[in-house]
Amino acid sequence: MKDGIIRVLLGKTTMEAHDRGVRYLATKLREAGMEVIFMNFLEPQEILDAAIQEDVDVIGVSSSVEGHLPVAREVTRRLKELGKENVLVMFGGVIPERDFAPMKELGVREIFGPGSSAESIVTFIRNNARRPHVALT
Amino acid sequence: MASEVDVSSDWFEALIGGAKAPLGEALTIVERGGPPARALLNRLHPRSGNAHIIGITGPPGSGKSTLVNELAIHFANLGRRVGVVAVDPSSPFTGGAVLGDRIRMRRASAHEGVFIRSAASRGFLGGLARTTHDFVRVFDAVGYDPVIVETVGIGQSEVDIWQVAHTPVVVEAPGLGDSIQALKAGVLEIAAIYCINKGDLPGADAKRRYLRELSARARDHAPDWKIPVVTTIADQGQGIGELASAIEDHARHLRETDRLHALEHERAIAEIRACLQAFFVDAPLAKARSSGALRRLADAVAAREMNAADAATAMTHQPSSDDFAAEGNA
Repeated sequence: MKDGIIRVLLGKTTMEAHDRGVRYLATKLREAGMEVIFMNFLEPQEILDAAIQEDVDVIGVSSSVEGHLPVAREVTRRLKELGKENVLVMFGGVIPERDFAPMKELGVREIFGPGSSAESIVTFIRNNARRPHVALT
Repeated sequence: MASEVDVSSDWFEALIGGAKAPLGEALTIVERGGPPARALLNRLHPRSGNAHIIGITGPPGSGKSTLVNELAIHFANLGRRVGVVAVDPSSPFTGGAVLGDRIRMRRASAHEGVFIRSAASRGFLGGLARTTHDFVRVFDAVGYDPVIVETVGIGQSEVDIWQVAHTPVVVEAPGLGDSIQALKAGVLEIAAIYCINKGDLPGADAKRRYLRELSARARDHAPDWKIPVVTTIADQGQGIGELASAIEDHARHLRETDRLHALEHERAIAEIRACLQAFFVDAPLAKARSSGALRRLADAVAAREMNAADAATAMTHQPSSDDFAAEGNA
């Protein structure tokens, strides 16, 4: 992308001990030339704070414990309030399929289950992340 | 384009008024470089010059991020707005990076008075130096004080980055062997404060003795400032107040001795140098790389058909503002 390097915030809850998947994905995104800001969080607000400070193009949340729906609701709601709905929000981890539709309705663009390849995630980000166009007036 | 960030006067007012989303966007604008970055920095430059800039450097494993987390909270609890620039090297091969400093800055990140931005070198150290100067400028101009710059501080370029600081702090930890000696000599010489973090680990006393000795020797260079050796245990919040006082003492020393004035001059030179590096090294390199010229010239040099100086001359041309844009997108 000519506009610049894609910046991705990757977060997992502090409750999760298993972070191999997220770490592997972080490495793959780096190899694809992206900048990955890695974080742990307990509250959705922490994701939003980091996303605003880092001005990321993509937010990826790993969830293997309960609580993905309220996190998705809060993150997408606050992004809209801040006029940042152009930030691509995706989830990964262990999420029951019955929750896919309600999450997408909230504005989560994609949900990657345990079998998803890192390549498919890289492609998805490349095709859907958009740097905001900046024009100084 | 999904949407436009309108860099209008409303946006600018919000930025200088302290709003966080525009600040994040402003940092992105200056990081990408090009004419928008220049226009924005032109407007911010006259507003800057109020922040005290703290540099934190040291070997990997010395606990810099945890220390910065505590220090940022300490200053923010005094009612100050604290900017943090966390610098990480990126892969020279793909330009990608994994920036993990926020993991250890969770509490600071959540503090209303702290704003943390991670920066990667994007393949060019000169670009990183310029970005760091520019990030500091933006934070300073919108009222953040102090601004803390954290870097690994091993290569020569990191020394330059670190020179944006008024108060450079070298962090060491017991059990890292003689890592500090592996740092460039210049790093120790320009330090204002030595900090031994993880001060509860065995070997802290030996480190302290060693650094006190260095401090005594450094007085030959700067006789009016005795480099304090501060011990901290950052993950327990211990020694942070003492470190903060040492930083304040140094800031006062700079003001009272008029060293601040000389330092500002040195910082300006470092910043001009970073721009020269970006315009005359990074930009031509990036351009030659994307056009394929770099590959052809490198092949010719490797095959002994051409020497490196001629190859470099072949890439040299008068830079224009287009180059500034090219360098921003490198």
